[in-house]
Amino acid sequence: MASVTLQNVTKRFGNVIAVNQANLEIRDKEFIVLVGPSGCGKSTTLRMVAGLEEITEGNIYIGDTLVNDVPPKDRDIAMVFQNYALYPHMDVYNNMAFGLKLRKFPKAEIDKRVKEAARMLGIENLLDRKPKALSGGQRQRVAVGRAIVREPKVFLMDEPLSNLDAKLRVQMRAELSKLHARLQTTAIYVTHDQVEAMTMGDRIVVMKDGVIQQVGAPLEIYDHPVNMFVAGFIGTPPMNFLNVVLRREGDDYIVDGGSFKLTIDPERARQIKNLGEYVDKEVVLGIRPEDVDDAKLHPGDERNTVVATGDVTEPMGAETIVYFSKGEHQFQAKVDPHTEATDGQEHPVRFNMRKIHIFDKDTEQAVV
Amino acid sequence: MDKRSLNFGQGFVHLVLVLICLAWILPTLGLLVSSFRPAHLVSNSGWWTVFLTPFDLTQYTLQNYQDVLTKTGIGKAFLNSVFITVPATILPIFIGSLAAFAFAQMRFPLKEGIFLLLIGLLVVPIQMTMIPILRLYNQLGLAGTFTGIWLAHTGYGLPFAIYLMRNFFASLPSDLFEAAYIDGAGPIKAFFLLALPMSVPALASLAIFQFLWVWNDLLVALIYLGGTQDVAPLTVALSSLVGSYGQNWHVLTAAAFVTMIVPLVVFFALQRYFVRGILAGSVKG
Repeated sequence: MASVTLQNVTKRFGNVIAVNQANLEIRDKEFIVLVGPSGCGKSTTLRMVAGLEEITEGNIYIGDTLVNDVPPKDRDIAMVFQNYALYPHMDVYNNMAFGLKLRKFPKAEIDKRVKEAARMLGIENLLDRKPKALSGGQRQRVAVGRAIVREPKVFLMDEPLSNLDAKLRVQMRAELSKLHARLQTTAIYVTHDQVEAMTMGDRIVVMKDGVIQQVGAPLEIYDHPVNMFVAGFIGTPPMNFLNVVLRREGDDYIVDGGSFKLTIDPERARQIKNLGEYVDKEVVLGIRPEDVDDAKLHPGDERNTVVATGDVTEPMGAETIVYFSKGEHQFQAKVDPHTEATDGQEHPVRFNMRKIHIFDKDTEQAVV
Repeated sequence: MDKRSLNFGQGFVHLVLVLICLAWILPTLGLLVSSFRPAHLVSNSGWWTVFLTPFDLTQYTLQNYQDVLTKTGIGKAFLNSVFITVPATILPIFIGSLAAFAFAQMRFPLKEGIFLLLIGLLVVPIQMTMIPILRLYNQLGLAGTFTGIWLAHTGYGLPFAIYLMRNFFASLPSDLFEAAYIDGAGPIKAFFLLALPMSVPALASLAIFQFLWVWNDLLVALIYLGGTQDVAPLTVALSSLVGSYGQNWHVLTAAAFVTMIVPLVVFFALQRYFVRGILAGSVKG
């Protein structure tokens, strides 16, 4: 078990900068998730920690050891790959035992560890099968088993669930979390799926274009995104962004969308200390779909109620997503499934102005 | 497409395949039939005439085979052929696979350039190399020795072996090797424990190619072994039969069949590897 530290880590492929000046402190026993759209540098970062890619600039430490020039086999890490990467000509037992055999562990110890891991993962009855005789979920378990028998300092996982079907993915997600709670090994997990990031990570690292955007606990990132990218990437459906003008009316801050006006909750306005600088300027109002409610079902706060046109309704069962438009603005609302909003009809919606975010229109950074 | 036209299409394909097979097999069949006919019949009538009276056993004889195996030194030449071909097949495949693995899965400077240079050697005609190499062999005392011909065949076989194996190794998922490196393997272990076992189909095809090429080779053997009967392989012995027996090519037909037995055995022993999908299940497709 060990911490992992990245100091100003940069990776260039020719002229392309895949990872730019990444700084990250991963604590011992922490489960950290690197998340971002494809091509954001998250896998490259992981592969540099694994030693599969050379570092162009910067330093990576595992524990207190500088590992820049340490080959993968001497870093004491284990990795789970997206496509499993099982050795096709070996049975499950030997797939899991391979790393231990290469490290010349005694036979009895190998046997003990493989069987223990197999029991933990529920694949004891598959030990003598070849990978081709396994289902996707079973293969993924074997790949995880191959990593845990090694008892490494750090687990690296590169989109390990993205080849599984939706139901299995949810199940394996919970199992991996349980496994981590039990093994208490530092884990770095790469995914493009923000739901996996939110549900599994102790902390989340959001990346875009090779640059770390924000590092924080899941809810911290959800509640306090530092810029529009993070705000839009974390959360489904994504946060609504409305181009508005900020105005001051008496003690209140008003956002003016042309076809509607909304009053920012005074408490929230006080939290955003630099709000005053943006008065009479164009800003971006960010509000999550769950903070836009059906005003017919849940009336109140008349000042922040707007009559908008329902374009599309998507009943999800537990809730219904409604796509509204108002003037040139479009936004989604996550409302009670009993809503009467229907396609093409006007319907009142209420904005929860305590939960809004204001972003600078040019820098796309959150105004704090 | 409805079922009937599909059947017609399939039937047509089968017909073409059968015709092609027949075209390929017919000369061999003629050779086979001739090898069992007495000398006077071979020189008087075509081999197909046996089919007019296929059950007339007096028109067949084993005399040709008896002559070949007992009188002409073919037995010794057969052993020489085996002794030449087996190392000359294993060596280039082994060395070629090692090189191919480096080209496919490792990183080193000038990799692409060196690979192109090696592949470029495929177009160099063997004949161009013979005089300089023979002069070198004469100086080193390798001419007329088994070692010399092993080295020659290894050299001539390597570019193709490297080319074929590199393409195969490059098609293996690199994740597998990365997983092995993380598991604690170096390149050598990755080669022997992963790459080789997964490459059995490619190795088998290559082995068949190289084996047939060496076994059937006359030119290289004639040049580097000279006329030395002690080391002459079947092909050389066979060609000297033509010289010493002149028109009596009924013996030649039998000798040709003796030569063909081993390649046939090799082919049928290895052909099942062609169709085996050994990679199935390793990574998600």
